[in-house]
Amino acid sequence: MPQYLLSVWHDDEYEVDFSTPEAQRMVAQVGAFNTELQSAGAWVFGAGLQPASSATVVRSGTTVSMTDGPYAETKEQMGGFWVIEAADLDSALDWARRAATACEGPVELRPMQDG
Amino acid sequence: MADDLAAIYRREVGRCTATLIRVLGDINLAEDAVGEAFAIAAERWPVSGIPPNPGGWITTTARNRAIDRLRREATRHDRHIAAHLLRPEDMEPDDTSHLDDLDSFLDVVPDDQLRLMFLCCHPALGPDAQVALTLRLLGGLEVPEIARAFVVPEATIAQRLVRAKRKLRDNHAAYQVPRAAELPDRLYTVLTAIALIFTEGHSATSGDELVRVDLSSEAIRLGRVLVDLMPDEPEAVGLLALMLLTDARRPARLAPDGSMVRLADQYRDRWDRALIAEGHALVRACLRRNQPGPFQIQAAIAAVHADAATADATDWSQIVALYDQLYTFQPNEVVAVNRAVAVAFAQGPLAGLAALEALDADRLDRYQPFHAARADLLARAGRRVDAVAAYDDAIALTTNPVERRFLEQARQRATNGTAGVVAYPSAGTSKER
Repeated sequence: MPQYLLSVWHDDEYEVDFSTPEAQRMVAQVGAFNTELQSAGAWVFGAGLQPASSATVVRSGTTVSMTDGPYAETKEQMGGFWVIEAADLDSALDWARRAATACEGPVELRPMQDG
Repeated sequence: MADDLAAIYRREVGRCTATLIRVLGDINLAEDAVGEAFAIAAERWPVSGIPPNPGGWITTTARNRAIDRLRREATRHDRHIAAHLLRPEDMEPDDTSHLDDLDSFLDVVPDDQLRLMFLCCHPALGPDAQVALTLRLLGGLEVPEIARAFVVPEATIAQRLVRAKRKLRDNHAAYQVPRAAELPDRLYTVLTAIALIFTEGHSATSGDELVRVDLSSEAIRLGRVLVDLMPDEPEAVGLLALMLLTDARRPARLAPDGSMVRLADQYRDRWDRALIAEGHALVRACLRRNQPGPFQIQAAIAAVHADAATADATDWSQIVALYDQLYTFQPNEVVAVNRAVAVAFAQGPLAGLAALEALDADRLDRYQPFHAARADLLARAGRRVDAVAAYDDAIALTTNPVERRFLEQARQRATNGTAGVVAYPSAGTSKER
């Protein structure tokens, strides 16, 4: 069955304060979505990420170099992701729609390479 | 024979490609095979005559050609994949006389064409890609033809097609008619793509020729196919009616010198009465279902225009009411500007200007029809200086040379103080002004 990456995107300044009711609501929604994925057999893996400012980029070359911060110098950064299994694009898009609703933000759907 | 072949190609190519994609499971393979089959037909049919079911002949020949090709490539590459795709026990050679009787050999399903429409207009593709893919696969247009029609380089169209097909393949897009829950949204995307093709043909955004006969006709042909396949969808009927009623005005849209003639100034006896009658019948038929939608309402607006023997006889209050209804479906600036123009005709230029001024001018700053409509209403209200400035704004945003010439002449009239003589209505998806 084809696999897809669902990634969650938000502003790079974004930091969740889990004590707020909004964050609590989202946590509950995402939890319910995870349960749905698992009971439908679509779940492969999923996780939330620490803020992009916690990232380090490592580059290969004659010597390996390291830089502080995320690779992409954009305002939007990935905040979490799922890997799912779905029969086809339309089913995957249906999951993506539900994911976007659950985390109240944009979700990118991208197919994984076969094999 | 050449005419017959061209007519058969236009009629059958989308259907054949649609079936071959289902049978072969690969868009590129289907596309190439259908092209090859038509090339064989062009050689053979002048000698052997046209078979009784040309579409069946093409489909079967294309399938067999694709199988031959896959067999050849399978010996070089991956025999396993080809065997999996093709079920070799079904194979038949194509160079036999009994092919003409094999029309039922391939299971030709009308739904294939519907599947292909929904695939080409998948919402995961951008509108440009949807349109290019629809014209290529369902219309059978070649890349250079599509490129000429949209006045973009061939390489751009070629790349757009490659990317779109690749995206559908990489994403495992299914070849199926969408489920009932998704159908309304998905159908709307298909209708919008067809309307886009029609509008591009009706009033090209660039190029020296205002009317692109091919794209308008192709959009109408696709609209007819869709109505045949989904007769119970009133919005599909509404779109077809809208296109027919708009296309009916085509013979009156251009003056002998190639300049654009506004709806109000057109010689209405040049309108195509047969198309108007067909459009009217469709509007009545879909309105009776009482499931209104944006395309049906736009068709109804076009029908009100078509009803008027002269521009002055237009029932503008009816048109304002229809735009109000359309705005509930599509609360956007485009509809609001058209509504304001209709208000101006129903209640005078000042009422129209008031309606325009109630809109968000910042959001409309780059919208050419807003400035063109505002300029015309200002001129008719006698505010010449403001009118000339608004014409300048409209001209600066106009890429179509025919429209530009039209606006420059209107600006000249406003400068001379002879404006306000002619009307400035609009209707439907057309850019006719």
